[in-house]
Amino acid sequence: MQGKTLAIGLAAALAAGAAHAQTELVVVSWGGAYSASQQKAYHDPYMAANADIKILNDDSASEGLSKLRAMAEADNVTWDLVDMIASDAITACDEGLVLEIDFDNALAAAPDGTSATEDFGDMIVSECFIPQIVYSTTFGYRTDLVKTPPTTIADVFDLEKIPGKRSLEKKPLANIEWALLADGVALDDVYDVLSTPEGVDRAYAKLDTIKSDVVWWAKGAVPVQLLADGEVVIASAYNGRLFSGIEEEKQPIAMMWDWQWFDLDGWVVPKGGKNVDAVMKFLRFATDTQRLADQAKFISYGPARMSSAPLVGKHATLGIEMGPHMPTAPANATTMLPNNIEWWADHGDEMNERFNAWLARG
Amino acid sequence: MSAVSPDTPAMLTTADGAPLKVSFDRALRRSRLKALALVLPLFAFLLITFLVPIGDMLLRSVENQLVGNVLHRTVKALDHWDQGSGELPDEEAFAALVADFQEGRENRTIGRVGVRLNYESGGMSSLFRKTGRRAKRITEAPFREAMIKLDKRWGNLDVWRLIKRESDAYTASYYLSAVDMRFIADGSIARQDENRQIYVRLFGRTLWLSLVITVLCLLLGYPISYLMATLPVRTSNLLMIMVLLPFWTSLLVRTTCWIALLQQQGVINDLLVWVGIIGEDNRLAMIHNRTGTIIAMTHILLPFMVLPLYSVMKTIPPSYLRAARSLGANPFTAFVRVYMPNTVAGVGAGSILVFIIAIGYYITPALVGGTSGTLISNFIAHHMQVSLNWGLAAALGALLLAAVLALYVLYDKIVGIDNMKLG
Amino acid sequence: MTAAGGSEAFVRFADVQKSYDGETLVVKSLNLDIERGEFLTMLGPSGSGKTTCLMMLAGFETATFGEIFLDGRPINNVAPHRRDIGMVFQNYALFPHMTVHENLAFPLEVRKLGKAEVEERVARALDMVELAGFGGRRPAQLSGGQQQRVAVARALVFEPKLVLMDEPLGALDKQLREQMQFEIRHIHERLGVTVVYVTHDQSEALTMSNRIAVFNDGVIQQLSTPEGLYERPENAFVAQFIGENNRLVGAVSERHGDTCAVTTVEGEVVKALAVSCGTTGEPTTLSLRPERVTVAPEPGSCPNVFDAVVEELIYLGDHVRSRLRLLGNDEFIVKVPNSGLIRPMRVGETVQVGWSAEDCRALDSPSTAPVFD
Repeated sequence: MQGKTLAIGLAAALAAGAAHAQTELVVVSWGGAYSASQQKAYHDPYMAANADIKILNDDSASEGLSKLRAMAEADNVTWDLVDMIASDAITACDEGLVLEIDFDNALAAAPDGTSATEDFGDMIVSECFIPQIVYSTTFGYRTDLVKTPPTTIADVFDLEKIPGKRSLEKKPLANIEWALLADGVALDDVYDVLSTPEGVDRAYAKLDTIKSDVVWWAKGAVPVQLLADGEVVIASAYNGRLFSGIEEEKQPIAMMWDWQWFDLDGWVVPKGGKNVDAVMKFLRFATDTQRLADQAKFISYGPARMSSAPLVGKHATLGIEMGPHMPTAPANATTMLPNNIEWWADHGDEMNERFNAWLARG
Repeated sequence: MSAVSPDTPAMLTTADGAPLKVSFDRALRRSRLKALALVLPLFAFLLITFLVPIGDMLLRSVENQLVGNVLHRTVKALDHWDQGSGELPDEEAFAALVADFQEGRENRTIGRVGVRLNYESGGMSSLFRKTGRRAKRITEAPFREAMIKLDKRWGNLDVWRLIKRESDAYTASYYLSAVDMRFIADGSIARQDENRQIYVRLFGRTLWLSLVITVLCLLLGYPISYLMATLPVRTSNLLMIMVLLPFWTSLLVRTTCWIALLQQQGVINDLLVWVGIIGEDNRLAMIHNRTGTIIAMTHILLPFMVLPLYSVMKTIPPSYLRAARSLGANPFTAFVRVYMPNTVAGVGAGSILVFIIAIGYYITPALVGGTSGTLISNFIAHHMQVSLNWGLAAALGALLLAAVLALYVLYDKIVGIDNMKLG
Repeated sequence: MTAAGGSEAFVRFADVQKSYDGETLVVKSLNLDIERGEFLTMLGPSGSGKTTCLMMLAGFETATFGEIFLDGRPINNVAPHRRDIGMVFQNYALFPHMTVHENLAFPLEVRKLGKAEVEERVARALDMVELAGFGGRRPAQLSGGQQQRVAVARALVFEPKLVLMDEPLGALDKQLREQMQFEIRHIHERLGVTVVYVTHDQSEALTMSNRIAVFNDGVIQQLSTPEGLYERPENAFVAQFIGENNRLVGAVSERHGDTCAVTTVEGEVVKALAVSCGTTGEPTTLSLRPERVTVAPEPGSCPNVFDAVVEELIYLGDHVRSRLRLLGNDEFIVKVPNSGLIRPMRVGETVQVGWSAEDCRALDSPSTAPVFD
């Protein structure tokens, strides 16, 4: 009895509150410069145009997948929109944690009328995932600490040409592909080779040649810091982090784009969220051609829509042309290695075990 | 002491004639109920925040209802399939599989089965995703041919054996993974491939590093605790503040400071090179390895050793040492034979506290441990947050819990839990 | 032994001074000789320096100046464990992790005695304190009195030349304390060991000691036998500290040899024994034991006879304790024996009291004497 009265009272209070206040959307992203770029390119303009919407930032995207699952299990989804890398989005989709998206109806077409499906094209890797940016994991090196600048992935594995410590991400992803590419395997054969035990052995044999000179990083800020401190002479890092190290902090670092690792980051809508309609409206705005191009003014990641590329302009504060700093810029993308999400979904568990066992053997 | 003689009259009564024992029990029950009411909130709190999650974890480490629930028709159809026969299951099983896939696709559960089975055998994830996408096109018999045409892996006996094996509501496979073992295709248990064995080594490393950290904490904490317990209050308070400083500093700040100090271009190396103890090319690697983990964790956990030690030492009267000296013991003998045995309670409490915290620590090793300094807890976190393999995380956690409990029992056997004093 | 050892005292404090902070002296120029086999008590209020002296003797404190000799040998630079001095501590300091047997064996083991000898001596020590059969117990399983005995046994088991006791009976209740006083005394008499005992309890000191050194303010006020201290206090502090005492304040008006006349503030003249008073005109404290005052004395039997008003009477069986007002002091105590010979007094009546001049000691100025309330 009492519970019921209370519930009615609460509902009434909530309804009354809602009449006055705005709808609050909890948007989960990565924090730092990345969230700031989204704030400026998407959130601020949208809130300016829609006074009834208030967007709240939550910086827990690094735990996005596990928290989403925990929320789904507790049947209490408090997030409205989550920024995720593509492979996690596919897992979330497989797990039924996120909604499927009807691209052509839910999202805006390109200005010239090209449908969203066509405009995003190959970037659509899952029916639950709306791509936002293309980012790459590539290499930065200390211009003052290497005698001959590295030009190819093979140089990363060449201790004679580039002596000194190097830093790689502490996961097998990208590293084993690079090891095979450096060992002379052609791009088209990489995953065929990796699908055989001998191929994996071959990748680790290559990694073994530099193992004792590698400092492994786990957080995105670390490799640039290691470069800045002179702890390593070359490091793999997210291209956006390297950009801010080079252009904003003026560190003596240069980029080496050979076989940059391409990956996607974008939005998923949690299943069971309380403001799905409002979120879909926001997404329609935030993923249109102009907005994706706008984000590139604040951070050097490439927009996921083809139609956005020509609209990319100058950096908002540095005033430099952003086009050449995009991983998708033709000069940078002569050799590129796209994340083979399917292969990694199948073999990630084994590869992680193998990688960690290899590391532990120290 | 005079024991009550057994032939005391058996039945004592109170004034109203009720047996004394009954009246006594009645009087006692009241106070027991009162005591129970007082601890009830805490008990409820512990139940909800501690016992239930641990129970949930233990359950998760063996729970396996997903496959049986989603592929319920298939599993039923496989009941009478002899997996040793070398024959694929019959048409009925394939039909059931197609129906299960169509239903699982509808309510978005089939992907999870793929992820689940992929833990056991790489490739299942893509098989299930692909099949899930296309199964709705298969509408009529023969289902077997259609499925094998869709993906030839459906013609592989091992896939079917895997489904049958993992259809039980409970599984030991997480625990097997956690000790570097696995089921092989025919259902027997074998060791994991050598180059994928990792967890046993990590458990060993975790226990070993925790032990080293505990011993270091004890070696560093014992003298400072002794100093604090014997110095005048004002000086010892100052020391106490310095010992507790780590508690009041953000963990990340502290860890970052250690990086700045210990890295190869860091303060200590710079100093050593400047003084000339080491050459420019021989800078010491003190961080992003085991040394880094040991140094940073010893620093962080030191207060947990010092506090119980200090609180025990504070209660040891200085007259014990004086008595020992007056009885003819030299300072060393007096300390070893009289003072130290009286600190056993603090040593035990501090060590067990530091060890148990160290065994489950993961932030610091993740930041400064590099590859040789990461611990089992980092992998539990990995499986919780990245791979989403919560069953394996739970199994690893349960083994860790078992290790801690085993140590606790061992400690009780050797030292006695009653002798533990936390302060 | 030094060449002069034969004639020297067993323990000698020679001009010993001690300061903890470099500003004030806790012990001011202490000179004290203790004979072999003596039971000497250091008695005084807390903070008087007695425990510091004991700790210097034990070796746990170092003298700031001066030298301490043990058996003719200077021991300032001898470490405590080499002094061969047994010690009983205030709270016994029995080692809680060892059994009684292990506690007693400890001093023998560190002296590397043979196993058989250790066993024999421990057994003997336990017998001495009547605790045979308690060897297997832990200190916590013993009563306070038993712990006390173990502590004494442990201090004696290695047969030290000297035993120090630092308020060893402070934690016991009254009855047990009195019993232990006798036991310790008997042990001392039986073994003939030299004992230096520290206490703030004057009745304990009187009961047990051969001689008592009364400490106050870092100085030995008087060193004497129990009887000497009680009967012949040499200054107002000792008179007040030892036993019950009536104090009268006045100024010396006449002095002839070792007798004097003292005029009180009210102008009455009291004849007294001149002990440590000054010359004519100087202030002095008169000390008079309550049991030496006669109520209604025979006329002419006492040189001092005064009128007193009865303020309070307390019946104590064997005597009546009477509080009187006379010579401006309303805390004047008289113990009237319950002998049936004296007419009972009533509160408010005026009676005559008298005392001899020898029982009334004129001591130093009242300003130096502490007031115990």
